[in-house]
Amino acid sequence: MASLRDIKNRITSTKKTSQITKAMEMVSASKLARAESNAKSFNPYMDKIQEVVASIAVGAKDATHPMLVSRPVKKTAYLVITSDRGLAGAYNSNVIRSAMNAINSRHSSKDEYVILAVGRVGRDFFAKKGMNIIDSIIGLPDQPTFADIKEITGKAVGMYADEAFDELYMYYNHFVSAISQEVTEKKVLPLTDVANVSNKLTSYEFEPSADAILEVLLPQYAESLIYGALLDGKASEHAARMTAMKSATDNAKELIDSLSLSYNRARQAAITQEITEIVGGAAALE
Amino acid sequence: MKTVNVNIVTPDGPVYESAVEMVSTKAQSGELGILPGHIPMVAPLEIGAVRLKKEGRTELVAVTGGFLEVRPDKVTILAQAAEPSAEIDIDRAKEAKQRAERLLQAKQDNVDFKRAELALRRAMNRIDVYENKM
Repeated sequence: MASLRDIKNRITSTKKTSQITKAMEMVSASKLARAESNAKSFNPYMDKIQEVVASIAVGAKDATHPMLVSRPVKKTAYLVITSDRGLAGAYNSNVIRSAMNAINSRHSSKDEYVILAVGRVGRDFFAKKGMNIIDSIIGLPDQPTFADIKEITGKAVGMYADEAFDELYMYYNHFVSAISQEVTEKKVLPLTDVANVSNKLTSYEFEPSADAILEVLLPQYAESLIYGALLDGKASEHAARMTAMKSATDNAKELIDSLSLSYNRARQAAITQEITEIVGGAAALE
Repeated sequence: MKTVNVNIVTPDGPVYESAVEMVSTKAQSGELGILPGHIPMVAPLEIGAVRLKKEGRTELVAVTGGFLEVRPDKVTILAQAAEPSAEIDIDRAKEAKQRAERLLQAKQDNVDFKRAELALRRAMNRIDVYENKM
């Protein structure tokens, strides 16, 4: 049986850990609130750009753009959004696993795909596997602004235009609620499903021409798709971390309870033993 | 006087919303002036200022990488970045201008001139809007 002092030490250290996890839980909760409001303020932009792209795609049938056309796939790019830090439960492993499953089932050789990694965890994982990472971005702030990620979105879209790869998939955790996040796969490029938005569409005049507008609009649209996924991923990250830290705090509490119980038992046993010894000693004197 | 609702929206959220009498700005194909009741139109914008005429005054918004969507009762400007003149960080813009100028003057091979030039134009646009020169 562990000594009284050992148990006491364990209780103290578990308590300290639970204070830390509790603090992390609360930090994540407030970051989650911010991330959710960021995602919300991004929505009007996304809706609008989607609407305009759809109107052009539907209204000007003769307008074409390389980003709208599927071409034979020689190389596929995977954009995998993970976090920089751990302690977020299954957040990173879920995304990485589902991306790996897709890659393994679709490709037989490493020349057929490239990786764009967002977040340190994902980058390190793919680097260790020896996969071809063409770009990575780490150290994203918790509340990324569009300017922060412009570089990677611009690069991804530019590389597609230069035919460095022929399709682009995104893997990220979609934020469903604070306790549930869903790994989502989304095909970003080519933009094949833009015309499927069934809103009320306006027929526009194009100044100077529909083609020229697509030229400006489609890269922006693709970039905002990626930005939207990043915001979504950030919200999920904070939610996942919050849940993970909450269960860590709960577990610590349970552990403290059971440790206190054995501490009290051990204390009681020690007292009882002392009394028996005294009584035994007194009896021996008589 | 008839007015049209103007919304300026960026990925980081809406930056301007108001009913104005006239919107004028520089599109890639030239200057554009939009009055209420304009036919639906879409046009990409240059890096520049959007001038919003409202009750005899003109408000300026610096816009980067945007396009304009017009409907008879509504004008929406979607931009990667936009700031009303009062919200411009003038020190940052001046710094960005100097940095871009240095890069352009350095004439080194490893400088991405196109990017530096765009950065310079963005910075100058912000400074101009801040000083209400347009």
